[in-house]
Amino acid sequence: MMREGLFQIAANTALRPDVFRLRLTGDVSACQTPGQFAALKLEGQFLRRPFSVCDVDGESLTLVYQVKGRGTQALSQMRGGTLDVLTGLGKGFAVDKAGASPLLIAGGLGFTPLYWLAKTLPVRPTVLLGFGRGEDILYENEFRALGCEVLVCTEDGSRGFPGRVTEAMAGLTPSFFYACGPEGMLKAVERTAPCDGQLSLEARMGCGFGACMGCGRETVNGVRRVCRDGPVFQKGEIVWGD
Amino acid sequence: MGRLSVKLCGIELDNPVIPASGTFGYGHEFAEIYDINCLGTFSFKGTTRDPRAGNPTPRIAEAASGLLNAVGLQNPGVDAVIANELPRLRAVFRKPVIANVSGFSTEDYVYTCRRLDACEEVGWIELNISCPNVHGGGMSFGTDPACAAAVVSAVRKAVTKPLIVKLTPNVTDIVSIAKAVEDAGADAVSLINTVLAMRIDLNTRRPVLTNTTGGLSGPAVFPLALRMVYQVSAAVKIPVVGLGGVSSAEDVIEMMLAGATAVQVGAANLVRPTACRDIIEALPGVMDRYGIENLRDIIGGAHG
Repeated sequence: MMREGLFQIAANTALRPDVFRLRLTGDVSACQTPGQFAALKLEGQFLRRPFSVCDVDGESLTLVYQVKGRGTQALSQMRGGTLDVLTGLGKGFAVDKAGASPLLIAGGLGFTPLYWLAKTLPVRPTVLLGFGRGEDILYENEFRALGCEVLVCTEDGSRGFPGRVTEAMAGLTPSFFYACGPEGMLKAVERTAPCDGQLSLEARMGCGFGACMGCGRETVNGVRRVCRDGPVFQKGEIVWGD
Repeated sequence: MGRLSVKLCGIELDNPVIPASGTFGYGHEFAEIYDINCLGTFSFKGTTRDPRAGNPTPRIAEAASGLLNAVGLQNPGVDAVIANELPRLRAVFRKPVIANVSGFSTEDYVYTCRRLDACEEVGWIELNISCPNVHGGGMSFGTDPACAAAVVSAVRKAVTKPLIVKLTPNVTDIVSIAKAVEDAGADAVSLINTVLAMRIDLNTRRPVLTNTTGGLSGPAVFPLALRMVYQVSAAVKIPVVGLGGVSSAEDVIEMMLAGATAVQVGAANLVRPTACRDIIEALPGVMDRYGIENLRDIIGGAHG
């Protein structure tokens, strides 16, 4: 169930020149399931902007975001103050489907909802982090600190396995996978994964809570709202465009 | 009757605040966070004869003080609305609702309206002859006085409930359309639907919306909507429902002074899900500040 509330900016620090970690304190009671997201009202923007929740802890929630446009640019410069946030949005991952050896697959900033998931799963998952270049890698140590086995791959081959996550997955026999990342990656993961799993999608949203129908997505069950019926979908559910 | 109550086509509303079609679904998302029975009523998602998936995404874009949408009437079709949505709606909302109807031919409109007219949950029918986002229908009915009159006349004969006709601002003279639908039997008009608009992505140098164009709504259009409500209400005898960028109790009062009997709130719901409740709660205080005893007394008050 969603909740609108004011959150205090506790920290907003650069992890990379273009990526920031924002810790917000306030009523996090609506943040129930990993994979859910929050929608922030940003200075100068009419519509809220959706962000995956990376972590929830007592009275704070953490978002990791990339500066992409004017809204996130302005956000990256905030060092204090309050933000109007809608929390508890979307359906999260099915934690109970993990099985004995779950695999978390992240492309780029797709790791954000998977961190909260890794903390929540009853067993420590294997985490596969894919990035373009070695210097892009984020959250490798954070996942390790949770006790996860972390495999890193880079497309430029400068760190870890040289290549894409789908190539790095070969030989792994997970019980279930949870994936988040660029659409091309999700599509490839779905095709190559040897087990059932779930994918978290991104979408341009209007409201973020199911009212405007702006983020409709074709699925095998008809058009579904990414914000309300997702953002987590089952393997095989999305009808991919070409 | 309370201080906030108004009458719309013979049905009393506890207050004039009505979530606009397409920004409120069937109410469920909002009923999660507040009791939507505080609303005057609401206009549910535009319904067509057959199910529609809507336009390809992206179909939402940001604008200064507003947004563009080109959703394109995604809805499950009138059969599913009657079978599934109205019973579920009844569980969260006890008052009569406005059934918003769109179509691609006069036969479509008549069929869908007739079906919804028979539903006890429905208090009014709002005929959308103004959707800018579907081709070969919608707005094309609302841009020509004769076409608008023809579809309204056909629907008027087919339904028993009050018929509100939703008008597009994308015309040279909205007053002539309003008069034409009044003459054809409309019981009220609602205006404005969204303003045809577009954005271009500087990175791709292509339109942001896959549909190229979309409808602009939000505070950006409020003064434009207010002007049209003022002009139309001066020219017709039937009630006018004002909408377009209304976001506060002050905006509601301004719309009513311009001539609106009731006021719809659209884009504001998408940004602040409690917007309508907040407006209703703020109204008595704002009325006190401006010396307004009863809202119904100020309708059209700005006309000299």
